[in-house]
Amino acid sequence: MGAVPTLLLVIVLAFFLVHSVPGGPFDSERVLPPEIEQVLLERYDLDDPVPVQLAKYLGNLLKGDFGPSYRSTLNVNQIIAQRFPASLAIGGLAMTLALAAGLMLGTWAALRHNSRLDRVVTGLAMTGISIPIFVVAPALVLIFAVYLNWLPAGWTVSPGPAKYVLPVVALALPQIAYITRLTRASMIDVLQSGYVRTARAQGLGTAAIVRHHALKPALLPVVSYLGPAIAGILTGSVVIESVFGIPGLGEGFVTAAFNRDYLQVMGIVVLYAALVVLLNLLADVLYGLLDPRVRYE
Amino acid sequence: MSQAILEVDSLTIAYDGKPVVDGLTFEVAPAEAVGLVGESGSGKTQTALALMGLLPATAHVRGSATLGGEKLLGRAEAELDALRARRIAMVFQDPSLALNPYLRIGKQLRLILERHGIADGATATRRALDALASVGLPDPDRQARAFPHQLSGGMRQRVMIAAALIGEPDLLIADEPTTALDVTVQAQILALLEEVRKQTALLLITHDLGVVAGHCERMLVLEHGRLVESGPTERVFAAPAHAHTEALIAAHPHLDKAPALSRPAAEELLTLDGIRVSYRAHGSRLKAVNGVELALKKGETVAIVGESGSGKSSLVRAVLGLVPADAGRLCFLGEELSHEVSARETATRRELQMVFQDPLGSLNPQMRVASIVAEPLDVHEPGLSGTDRRRKVVNRLEQVGLDASFVERFPHELSGGQAQRVAIARALVLAPSVLVCDEALAALDGSVREQVLNVLKDVQANTGLAILFISHDLGVVRTLCHRVLVMYLGRIVELADNDVLFSSPLHPYTRALLDAVPVADPTAERPPVLGGEVPSPLSPPAGCAFHPRCPQAVEDCRQHAPGLRRVGATDVACLRASEYLAKA
Repeated sequence: MGAVPTLLLVIVLAFFLVHSVPGGPFDSERVLPPEIEQVLLERYDLDDPVPVQLAKYLGNLLKGDFGPSYRSTLNVNQIIAQRFPASLAIGGLAMTLALAAGLMLGTWAALRHNSRLDRVVTGLAMTGISIPIFVVAPALVLIFAVYLNWLPAGWTVSPGPAKYVLPVVALALPQIAYITRLTRASMIDVLQSGYVRTARAQGLGTAAIVRHHALKPALLPVVSYLGPAIAGILTGSVVIESVFGIPGLGEGFVTAAFNRDYLQVMGIVVLYAALVVLLNLLADVLYGLLDPRVRYE
Repeated sequence: MSQAILEVDSLTIAYDGKPVVDGLTFEVAPAEAVGLVGESGSGKTQTALALMGLLPATAHVRGSATLGGEKLLGRAEAELDALRARRIAMVFQDPSLALNPYLRIGKQLRLILERHGIADGATATRRALDALASVGLPDPDRQARAFPHQLSGGMRQRVMIAAALIGEPDLLIADEPTTALDVTVQAQILALLEEVRKQTALLLITHDLGVVAGHCERMLVLEHGRLVESGPTERVFAAPAHAHTEALIAAHPHLDKAPALSRPAAEELLTLDGIRVSYRAHGSRLKAVNGVELALKKGETVAIVGESGSGKSSLVRAVLGLVPADAGRLCFLGEELSHEVSARETATRRELQMVFQDPLGSLNPQMRVASIVAEPLDVHEPGLSGTDRRRKVVNRLEQVGLDASFVERFPHELSGGQAQRVAIARALVLAPSVLVCDEALAALDGSVREQVLNVLKDVQANTGLAILFISHDLGVVRTLCHRVLVMYLGRIVELADNDVLFSSPLHPYTRALLDAVPVADPTAERPPVLGGEVPSPLSPPAGCAFHPRCPQAVEDCRQHAPGLRRVGATDVACLRASEYLAKA
């Protein structure tokens, strides 16, 4: 049950960080009259010392209230409700794609260990890990949207499912690369194990050996990686949503940070932190289900 | 000879042009058991893997092998898959590695049946249960749902045999099937293989001539990949034609031969009084060691024997303070030792040193031999000058039979025997009074084991070193140890001088252990096999802990736990020991 303290630590750190950034929510080129600014600050409790604001924020959080936005007529709960579906769709699809492609490519390469195909897959995976997402995304847009004109470049341009393709692929690519490498390494290990040799001696054949004997143990490192993977997808989504103009939480986070819309930033941080903690927990549970020896520890 | 089921002709296996098996020709008749013997590296396992089609792609295989007319060599993987399990099957050495830890036992058996179209669905489940029952697995229903780690080593090997037989093959290859097991369990598995032979031909690969002598009609002797001798087992043992066969037979331990040992001094170095060790397990206390007394004299070697789970390792770890004893007194030269090694004085710590089972695993792969051996000196004699330090290291290495050229080597550049000698040199560099060896020779081949044994004897004769020697190899115990301590479920059941114990063992457990040692004589009578396994120390049987397995148990044994008492020249914990002594 390390989840609650972790979450609390993230909230406290993020709160102080957000408030330590120079400037405030009501600073702009047009300077507000001091009286009006004072009223605004009082209305949002911004005249309190930061620790007091934090205490009030935590109290509201317990009641499920993420607080107001300083820029929108909607409160943060409503903003999250509005923006979350797009992010969930992009992130969920990217995660699914990453797992499916990574497991397949990794197993494929492991079965042809040291062949030319193995080297091509490993090389591509290394490239995928090395190129940052803010390079991949614009490059994909340039190639497939601008030059080839196969797919839409932005979110609002196209109503159909085609608009999902580029953001999802861009978001998934580094994860595909990483999961491929993980799967390949663990699958090679498992395929050299004594029990796979036994299975070969039993004449089970490659397909049955991979499916029944090797897949489960080879999955374990990938399961352990689920937590970090979701964190990678969440941070990646901040870039991807900005590049493609997707009205999701990532884009909302960037806008809110520019506007010093403290509570909206905090709301998204809290939600994402909770997601990461939850998925790590899920990974642990899954690991225990896959490895019978863990249960009795 | 009748029509052979397996015919191997001029089998040659080479890696990078170097042959590991060279022109091997032999036959196996239906329902015949043939032993394939040789030291490690003689090509036994390579031969087996070649017949199964399991050699790595880097192996170059020539010659031919046919099984009932089917070619075995050079065939496509898919064609081999059809033969495997149905025509030819294999049991591997270490059942803890050969079974998939992630799959239930029943599932691993069902996969074979389904894959080969022998049975599926409920029929497959029933066939799997039958197979488990046929190899003597108690409660097959429950075992089929168990994962391999929930079974003992012996049970796992039974499962492996069940899996190998489930497709009713014509030939079963068993590669060192009992090497990883306790001697009593080995006897059980060998008895099971004896049963199996009614259904299938058996190619039994082993380094242990005792196993061949008791269980094979014919034997093949390999040396460096060449067949140096073959023939009926009785003939080969009675009149070996080749010098290597003769040497192998001579090297096999003879329990009836009294060893030449140096005399220990009268001075008591280390005394153990009521030592108990327990661990927390599943919310209760597991009593690993349950009150052990022993006085170890200067220049004396005491062997500690017993099956896995008897508490041998826990006992010596408590002596070293690596696992704190929770009761009892440990004294070194009359001074009480703290139970925790960290609380002991540096000066006493250096007096007790240990050598572990796995020689390579106990040496840091990043360090050279010189630094490995010198490391204890850095702690205990930090003021030592560079030349003195080097001199001590070289002296110790020479003492264990390694010359000064070894100091620059890394552990991976050493053979198993050399690595174990480095580990012994490291343990001896501080000139300790007591050396603890936990299965220190188990990983070594016959001839190398002989060398290391002699090293220990020499050091003892010269320095008066006392040794606590854990071993499952009673042959080694017989040649090295002055006294033998037999443990069962955390207690001493018998403690006697070497000669007394081996010539007239009093405790039925000791007798069972001695009987289980395979004798390298095909004509020797095979005593009955001790059944069952060591019960869980979490719920030890009432009365005498050994009574459920004891062939001599009477009603009294179920009620009363016997204490250790003097009977003749033996300390023994058995109610009926006096009767046995009178009969002997």
